[in-house]
Amino acid sequence: MVSLSWYLGVGALLFSIGVVGIFLNRRNLIVLLMAIELMLLAVNMNFVAFSHYLGDYHGQVFVFFILTVAAAEAAIGLAILVTLFRNLSTINVDELDRLKG
Amino acid sequence: MDITTILFLAFAAVLLAAAVGVVTARNPVHAVLLLVLAFFSAACLWMLLRAEFLAIALVLVYVGAVMVLFLFVVMMLDINVDRLREGFWRHLPLAAVVGAAIALQLWLVLSHGAWQGKRAAGPGIEGVNNVEALGRLMFTEYVFPVQLAGLILLVGMVAAVLLTLRRRKDSKSQRPGEQVRVKRAERVRLVSMSADAEGRQDARR
Repeated sequence: MVSLSWYLGVGALLFSIGVVGIFLNRRNLIVLLMAIELMLLAVNMNFVAFSHYLGDYHGQVFVFFILTVAAAEAAIGLAILVTLFRNLSTINVDELDRLKG
Repeated sequence: MDITTILFLAFAAVLLAAAVGVVTARNPVHAVLLLVLAFFSAACLWMLLRAEFLAIALVLVYVGAVMVLFLFVVMMLDINVDRLREGFWRHLPLAAVVGAAIALQLWLVLSHGAWQGKRAAGPGIEGVNNVEALGRLMFTEYVFPVQLAGLILLVGMVAAVLLTLRRRKDSKSQRPGEQVRVKRAERVRLVSMSADAEGRQDARR
């Protein structure tokens, strides 16, 4: 029988894979965005698992809102990426230092 | 081992393998396709948790829209993959340590909660399916947050259009503002002329 901790374990591993992806590909902006999507998926997985095992639908409503915000974030992030590439011809994070931060 | 356990193990294995592939793939197109596989396996896992609406929404919204957007962008950009991969192996030890630490911490916290040994309660009101129950919550208790979510999507859409809009010099386009603001005097010129021939000649002069 699959218990709650199994799903939580999958979520934890997925989140760590997302963090590792940010470390490994810290130059490639597009893979950074994909790693963020993986981390959001891990959080959603925990929400759905808790919602199921605690018998409460509010967790699933939260997942709905997270999906909405993540979709808007991905759209804006990709638009910024396209604009950056059009102006600078690169998406290398090291070269995006126009703001001198 | 019942069928649910076998399905869970299979989907979880595919999900984690695809996630590892996303962060290690050489080609960004392969990374996006592996991410699609990861989302699909996650949707299958949510089906096992009886979150049917969210599973379908994940496939439709994420795989159908967001991932296709990613794929478009990746294919549109002409990326030099090798330069972006510099430092990949150099960062691997640190990344492995940090990842292992995070996984360990999450596991330590999550494996000692009060929810241990919970059997699947299965959310719910008797005789009401998942979609109906979620709809009841969303349109009563969460009606204002749902409106806000719509607003966020609108802002995202406007921002994405505005960011990627560019005016090209070689293309002709209308300016609606000037079209609306136009006055009669700018378009029509009234010439007073009489009907007989002499008068016409006067006007011509």
